[in-house]
Amino acid sequence: MNILQSLSFLWENLLALADWRYLVMWAIGGLLIYLAIRHDMEPSLLLPMGFGTILVNIPFSGAIDQLLASGAVEHGALTTLFNAGIANELFPLILFIGIGAMIDFGPLLSNPKLMIFGAAAQFGIFFTLCAASMFFDINDAAAIGIIGAADGPTSIVVAQKLNSHYQGAIMVAAYSYMALVPIIQPPVIKLLTTRKERLIRMPYEQKNVSKTTRILFPIIITVVAGVVAPASVSLIGFLMFGNLIRECGVLNSLSETAQKVLANLVTIFLGLTVASQMQAEAFLKLDTLLILGLGLFAFIFDTAGGVLFAKFLNLFLKKKVNPMIGAAGISAFPMSGRVVHKLGLQEDSQNFLLMHSIGVNVSGQIASVIAGGLILNFFL
Amino acid sequence: MTFHPYNFISSLTYMVSGMLGIFIVIGIIVLITALLNRITAPRHDDDQQK
Repeated sequence: MNILQSLSFLWENLLALADWRYLVMWAIGGLLIYLAIRHDMEPSLLLPMGFGTILVNIPFSGAIDQLLASGAVEHGALTTLFNAGIANELFPLILFIGIGAMIDFGPLLSNPKLMIFGAAAQFGIFFTLCAASMFFDINDAAAIGIIGAADGPTSIVVAQKLNSHYQGAIMVAAYSYMALVPIIQPPVIKLLTTRKERLIRMPYEQKNVSKTTRILFPIIITVVAGVVAPASVSLIGFLMFGNLIRECGVLNSLSETAQKVLANLVTIFLGLTVASQMQAEAFLKLDTLLILGLGLFAFIFDTAGGVLFAKFLNLFLKKKVNPMIGAAGISAFPMSGRVVHKLGLQEDSQNFLLMHSIGVNVSGQIASVIAGGLILNFFL
Repeated sequence: MTFHPYNFISSLTYMVSGMLGIFIVIGIIVLITALLNRITAPRHDDDQQK
């Protein structure tokens, strides 16, 4: 065997690069890394996803399973991680323990009526389901609709359980739009509200929430949501378990570990593993563009649903609510709550909506998981 | 991928039942939480005695 023959694999690899789709995927990976670093957009997820996208789109990448000429399969680390952590929904559920431990339900518990806005802001999920059903089969349409949950783990679990063909695009859309909440929501809110409405002040009355309530709340939510939508019990249960170890007061070190070490570890693997679904041949389709468009549609109608519901309630309320807080009912926590607070300050520097908007925002977290559970109940 | 505009109408039932389901579940949770707050709130008499 001469030297040129022994190095022929180099030519094969270089020739494979002539496929433009690999280069496009590298550009997409680079864009995700750029957005993460330059614009600080969900960097903990977009950066691993961006790097993973490049990793799996190198011709004959050893990071993913490859079918050899002999017919044997050479296993790749990312495919193995996908099967071990996402195909069985393990990573998103473990991440939910960390998220649950991070959430303070205090503002919500002191004013539970705020939860109703979290329910209204799930409108985008179901409206997008209807819109997506015009292009995709109903299971894929439901998985696409759940992008509007603005909640990565819920999107992953629902898409996975419904066996959607578009998991990569759905995951990318869910996480990207969560990062884009400060750009997507303000124009929709301004379009649907008058200046007078945006100026409505909502004084915050500090109410003490007993420790018993804080401990019982996650348990009761799990039972209620589990009874209504049993398919969602793992989602809501892991989220609420995380919150219980935060609130019980005797597991502080576990709570800190869940919030930091556990959540960080899972996030690293989650981002990289999600990228294993972004292989050029599966990702670069017209369908993907349509899914990204429908994801944006879902976020817009979530926001609109929350704002319009608050305006509707104002028709009957003596003490009006600022309709902008309805927009915080999407699950993107705490971005959405902060967006509403900032918009309030833009109109009136003395209008502090933060406690209300954060309360609505955490209720969106609960409502989005319930929406995911209902969708699973409809279509499983 | 094909375009089926009539699917929009037929899937509206999922939208109605989904939103109704969420409002019912959240409504139950609101009621339970309000009740919990009332039951576990420190009694006013106790505060006055203190």
